[in-house]
Amino acid sequence: MTLLEVRDLVVEYGTVRAVDKVSFDVGRGEIFGVLGESGSGKTTLMTAITRLQRPPARIAGGTVAYRPADGTPVELVGCTPKQLRELRWERVAVVFQSAMSSLNPVMRVGTQFADAIRAHRSVKRAEAWDRAAELLELVGIPRDRVGSYPHELSGGMRQRAAIALSLACRPDLVVMDEPTTAVDVVMQRQILDNLKELQATFGFSVLFVTHDLSLLVELADRIMVMYAGRAVEIASAEDIYRDPQHPYTQGLRDSFPSLHGPRRELRGIGGAPPDLRHLPTGCAFEPRCPQRVDDCRETLPLLIERDRTQAACLLLDDRLEVRHAGSR
Amino acid sequence: MTRLLGTPFVQRIGFYLLAAWSAVTINFVLPRLMPGDPASAILFKMSELGPVSDQQEELVHRLFGGARGQSWWHEYVSYLNGILHLDFGRSISFYPATVSSVVKSGFLWTLLLVGSATVIAFVLGTSLGIVAGWRPGRAVDSVGSLVSIFLHSLPYFWVALILVYVFAFTLGWFPLSGGADIGVVPGFTPDFLNSAVRHAMLPAATIVLTSVSGWMIHMRNMMASVVNEDYVLLAQAKGLAGHRVVFSYAARNAVLPSISGFAVSIGMVVGGSLLTEMVFNYPGLGSLLNQAIVNVDYPLMQGLFLIISLTVLAANFVVDSLYVLIDPRTREAA
Amino acid sequence: MKRLMGGDRKVTVGLVILAVMLLIALVGPVLVSLVLGQSPTKLHAGPALAGPSADHWLGTTSSGVDVFAQFITGTRVSVFVGLVGGTISTFLAVLFGLVSGYHTGRTGAALTGFVNIFLVIPGLPLLLLIASYTRGRGGWAAVALIIGLTSWAGGARVKRAQTLSLRNRDFVAAARYSGDKQSRVLFMEVVPHLAPVIASTFLFAVVGSIAAEAGLDFIGAGNTNTVSWGTMLYWAQSQGALQSGAWWWFLPPGLGIALVGTAAGLVNFGIDELSDPRRRTLRAGSRPKRRKVRRTEVAA
Repeated sequence: MTLLEVRDLVVEYGTVRAVDKVSFDVGRGEIFGVLGESGSGKTTLMTAITRLQRPPARIAGGTVAYRPADGTPVELVGCTPKQLRELRWERVAVVFQSAMSSLNPVMRVGTQFADAIRAHRSVKRAEAWDRAAELLELVGIPRDRVGSYPHELSGGMRQRAAIALSLACRPDLVVMDEPTTAVDVVMQRQILDNLKELQATFGFSVLFVTHDLSLLVELADRIMVMYAGRAVEIASAEDIYRDPQHPYTQGLRDSFPSLHGPRRELRGIGGAPPDLRHLPTGCAFEPRCPQRVDDCRETLPLLIERDRTQAACLLLDDRLEVRHAGSR
Repeated sequence: MTRLLGTPFVQRIGFYLLAAWSAVTINFVLPRLMPGDPASAILFKMSELGPVSDQQEELVHRLFGGARGQSWWHEYVSYLNGILHLDFGRSISFYPATVSSVVKSGFLWTLLLVGSATVIAFVLGTSLGIVAGWRPGRAVDSVGSLVSIFLHSLPYFWVALILVYVFAFTLGWFPLSGGADIGVVPGFTPDFLNSAVRHAMLPAATIVLTSVSGWMIHMRNMMASVVNEDYVLLAQAKGLAGHRVVFSYAARNAVLPSISGFAVSIGMVVGGSLLTEMVFNYPGLGSLLNQAIVNVDYPLMQGLFLIISLTVLAANFVVDSLYVLIDPRTREAA
Repeated sequence: MKRLMGGDRKVTVGLVILAVMLLIALVGPVLVSLVLGQSPTKLHAGPALAGPSADHWLGTTSSGVDVFAQFITGTRVSVFVGLVGGTISTFLAVLFGLVSGYHTGRTGAALTGFVNIFLVIPGLPLLLLIASYTRGRGGWAAVALIIGLTSWAGGARVKRAQTLSLRNRDFVAAARYSGDKQSRVLFMEVVPHLAPVIASTFLFAVVGSIAAEAGLDFIGAGNTNTVSWGTMLYWAQSQGALQSGAWWWFLPPGLGIALVGTAAGLVNFGIDELSDPRRRTLRAGSRPKRRKVRRTEVAA
């Protein structure tokens, strides 16, 4: 059951393509991870899907179809501002990277919840505040903090409050942009456990954007790896971890230590991220790729589907066949 | 007690007392530092106007120095004592009226004119700034910026001259000068209020026209930077109505620096307003200042400087205190 | 791209106006007397209160003095006072702003208090008070000095805030911890980053000084015998230029001041964009056009 269907989405900053023909599906109740380093287009992708992109960014093509369980599908890219306003928070909510900057510093936390609730439900102010207090309790914040200002909460509390806020209208999809990078590791653990719990209880889907593969491997059901604005691999978290197909994913996997698996030798990826203004005609990862062949420089690889795995690499056709032959 | 001393409110009061003391002291030091001998000049002028008693002579020395055989410290203490009793000596241009009575006659006129014009200009300019800064780069913004820069560069008194020329002299829509018609008895009567408002129109228009662009430019720039904040983006993501996002999230935060920078702005507005009053012969402190300058009336100058400075200080104190109410982050220790 | 050019054009126009004004201030008075044969002080050079004509480009005053000659000559005093007063004011603003923002200890707190006191005491009344004691003694240089001394606090506040935030940036902290001398850190690390702010403070200090000088002269607190834009307005007002409808007399000085101010504002656009690249992209990109992607029907 697909909830969100993204097809050939293109986002440009002037003449620079930050997101280039990205397609993927997010299932109902699924945690879908988007992985990429800075400049890979993952945050641009996230703002485009929620239609929150700011000039000079603009969506130059593609569709984002949202398919609610109880109604007709909506195409988000072509929706009117009014339609969009009705969908927002009610159906699709977001959590930004830094809760410090995403909460209004001069407004009580409760008011910021009540604002969202009352924009979509006709309830009394007091009722909305009650609901806000309940939501805070869900993420482990005492209900009396509902009257606090953002600066009166600790960093971890603010981040959890931002997550609670996203659930205010029981959305089908929560889009999260690195919601745990601003907090320490222990807090990150707590927040993620809490998130998994909430997700199991309420059954919403999550689109989780981050640069942290180890985090995604534990959290996500499926992962999309982005490089230079393109999707280079989409697979289940387990496949990404155990059997990454794209050389870039392999490089990422090999650059962090495993918590549970056998010891491996750690390797980084040589070279620097590409300059989006001067992308090569072929594969953008070619200059850094340890397995590159001559063809890589000229031919742009497209996502190839094999089993439930998609990857964009010229080497893959041959190699997959070789491996399959070998294993049989 | 020590805890009370540390609170921002007490600190603020302390700062403003210090500032008030500085203004008072500047007033004491200046005539003593300046070349020439203001005290003798004043005494000479006073003697031309009538007999000068010993007591009056002593008062002049206390305010302006120049006395023989007295330590400056002694003069300073008796000067401060005089200030506390609102004793600034006698005005020369309105001899033998006391400076405090002359200042008192103009105070309310200026307070009402400048106060209401400033409130109008602030509200108007800030609103225009919200519109221009919400979507920077649009035509409204570009044209608005150019017009506001031009208006901002116009000298107050020159705008006043133009308005007098066009609306009072040529078109005759408003009176040329003064604060109210001469025949009307001041008081809370419809006649007087009507006349006073008609007289205040052009001076107020001058102040609004020239100061509105300052507020606008300030607000526009803050707005243009605040609209990129995550909390504004999140407010949109919440599906809030447009006006709620603009006012409660963007403008609510963007207006803070306008208010914390009030001191700089109000200083300029007051200065400009004084000059504006002179053009219109408005019966406020500005016209008195003009009289004092033309007649070399040092006692009146001193008294006016003091009352203007202290009033501006009071206005700043009020705004500072309001700021605490609208920015919860400054409330911390209070 | 077109918009970026637009931004550049604004700056160019502003700079050209400022350059022309400076040129008029330097050589204008000489040209007026040599080429046009007019004098800013000669009485009865023409009929009293005559409108603009070929002989008198901007007409004459009530005593028959050529207004154009006065305007050009007045430019010199106004621009000179503006430059000198603006320089003094900017220097003090940078000095107090830097030092009070950089020092965290008692010195910093004391200086901050000092700046704040000058901030809340209104500048123009203080300026008038001092000017009424000096009464035009010392000529335009003294006026410029007084203006500079009474107008720096606003600029200092801005610079203090900037220094405060720069002080905690890594490169400044690194220079500090590596034992560089304080003055070296300030001038090599902090000042270069403040350059755009200093430039814009200077521009507006110049404009402010010109306006303040005009204000002083206008109310007669300056020397009414010198020819400046302010004294032109003073005489225009006191000789009843308004009542006689002699717009050629009182319009030019005010427009002169407004022109310099507008030019400074235009140049400041460029400075803003230099110091805030984000603003530049916003300007360059403007709003996206309503997109023309066909709404794709989504099969249920």
